[in-house]
Amino acid sequence: MSDTLLRVEDLCVDFPTESRRGRRRSVRVLDHVSLEIERGETLALVGESGSGKSMTALSILQLIPEPGRATAGEVLLEGRDLLALRESEIRAVRGNRVAMIFQEPMSSLNPVLTIGRQVAEPIRLHRKASKAEARERAAELLEAVSIPDAARRLDDYPHQFSGGMRQRVMIAMALACEPDLIIADEPTTALDVTVQAQILALLKDLTSRLQSALLLITHDLGVVARYADRVSVMYAGRIVESASAGKLYGNPSHPYTRGLLQSVPRLDDSAQTRLVPIDGQPPDLANLPTGCAFSPRCPQVHDKCRLERPELDSVVAATDDGPHTRACWGPEQP
Amino acid sequence: MTAEPLLQVEDLRVHFPVTEGVVFKRHVGSVKAVDGVSFDLYPGETLGLVGESGCGKSTTALALLRMLEPTSGRILFDGRDITSLSQREMRPLRREIQMVYQDPFGSLNPRMKVRDIVGEPLVVHGLAKDRKAYRMRVAELIERVGLLPDMAERYPHEFSGGQRQRIGIARALALEPKLIICDEAVSALDVSIQAQIVNLFKDLQDELGIAYLFIAHDLSVVRHISDRVAVMYLGRIVEVAAHDQLFSNPRHPYTEALLEAVPVPDPVLESQRDHQLLRGEVPSVTEPPSGCRFHPRCPKVLERCSNDLPLLEGEPGGRAVACHLHDHLHDGVTDRLQP
Repeated sequence: MSDTLLRVEDLCVDFPTESRRGRRRSVRVLDHVSLEIERGETLALVGESGSGKSMTALSILQLIPEPGRATAGEVLLEGRDLLALRESEIRAVRGNRVAMIFQEPMSSLNPVLTIGRQVAEPIRLHRKASKAEARERAAELLEAVSIPDAARRLDDYPHQFSGGMRQRVMIAMALACEPDLIIADEPTTALDVTVQAQILALLKDLTSRLQSALLLITHDLGVVARYADRVSVMYAGRIVESASAGKLYGNPSHPYTRGLLQSVPRLDDSAQTRLVPIDGQPPDLANLPTGCAFSPRCPQVHDKCRLERPELDSVVAATDDGPHTRACWGPEQP
Repeated sequence: MTAEPLLQVEDLRVHFPVTEGVVFKRHVGSVKAVDGVSFDLYPGETLGLVGESGCGKSTTALALLRMLEPTSGRILFDGRDITSLSQREMRPLRREIQMVYQDPFGSLNPRMKVRDIVGEPLVVHGLAKDRKAYRMRVAELIERVGLLPDMAERYPHEFSGGQRQRIGIARALALEPKLIICDEAVSALDVSIQAQIVNLFKDLQDELGIAYLFIAHDLSVVRHISDRVAVMYLGRIVEVAAHDQLFSNPRHPYTEALLEAVPVPDPVLESQRDHQLLRGEVPSVTEPPSGCRFHPRCPKVLERCSNDLPLLEGEPGGRAVACHLHDHLHDGVTDRLQP
């Protein structure tokens, strides 16, 4: 890879549960997750609830909630392992080199601090700017995210902003130190469609201007198609397929990816063709089958799938638009 | 359409008073959550109701069930005016109209077994003749929604979101209603499970001839399931049309903008689309804009849009639009004022 910014390798995260008969048990929520983001590109991480998308994002910045632990693997930002950093060292990375935007613009802003102070905080902290400088920069940032009358709104509080405006403020905060990587965890799920389109277009525009990479976490396959360069699909704590957006939608190789694409109703489908759902229920991480986690729901399952877990391997038909990998024992073309 | 409508809603309004002060609650204004909504729903048909949050979709649903009192307007069910029936008189009607809610976690009593959740409507309406008939009917319902018979003995927490939604549907089916109101009934589910439930809704309709009022904010789902679609904006319906007409040839600028905003899961198509973004956000319902409520955000705004409220014009059961751009479609009537 020419210009890799972030490489996650074989990352495992475990959550200990109560011990039974003296035996410690734990639930593995991330199982050998590997992904790569190049400078300036947008990688989408898709999957259904509980698949480990958000956990992957949190792990990158050592934000795994207690009592979870990263038990194996590395998170390399330009070759430096973020998992090995001390608290003071990772703090210098958070909001500076790597920034994060969360789903809930309501709860991610501090209700008792002014917007201006919150946007200025990363600049004060990482750039050692004076109060006046930081305030000026905060006004510029709010203007950049198209908040009308930005300078005057610096002294407003979060409750005086609408949901869409709060998400713009979150983006302004994330961009404050011109980070190399922005992680956006379902940034528009709580917003209405017309506002969602505005926010994503803004995020995409600003990241490409700053040449920041974007890790976009979402469950919306339409959003992925519109904004992502490459896509990784997660299921039950594992990455099951990675490819360029064009390849993944045009030639999906993992049965789960195919199933997902077939179960989405499409706005451009006039015939109301019957949806093809994926049978069965979502996986229970505490009780995964021995082999491939998707095997109980897979339409192409065979004996090997129930016994052995497939690794993420190259699909033979590799193309010029980057590698195409998947974790499946089945034939490439069903 | 030749059949009589099952449900007719005429100029429905639901206003909530805004008060000030603690002891003498002075009336200082009102939130016009639903402000002049009219539509028809025919037997066995699915009418989709879409719009962004706060546009009055759910308030409309609650008013139809008389769980909220309408401020004015008329609701006719099977030709009978139910707008001013007492709650006691409404009771038998509730057998005909059932509801499936959004939250499969909040809408099932965690202390009740699935059997009792599904069977409760039968008991309330005195339809369970004896214990055996009751059990058989519940078993039949549980099987009908794709759950296993032994699940009747379990509690809601043992089920996933999709399975809980099936339980909610079984409960709604228990009284053999003619109409089910689905308020964001698939919105909380993951796509692979959502598709299962959407298919279940369609199968039940084919088999039992139930009509649905399908309320959702996800246009792709609504397009998929609906025969006709009504688009709401700030308490009013701005456009109604058959699903293929609405999506291939939207007439109201708001409908157009909504469709434009929804991304399609196809990167090739997406790269060819021209993304015209709507400016601004939905204004507050406490102070809706004058004239057409969409005019401050409308890319095709005309001078009169800020003064004259456009009415929903069209033939009943067919396509209708509330927009001054389409005034010429209606017998040359040019100036209409708010009634």
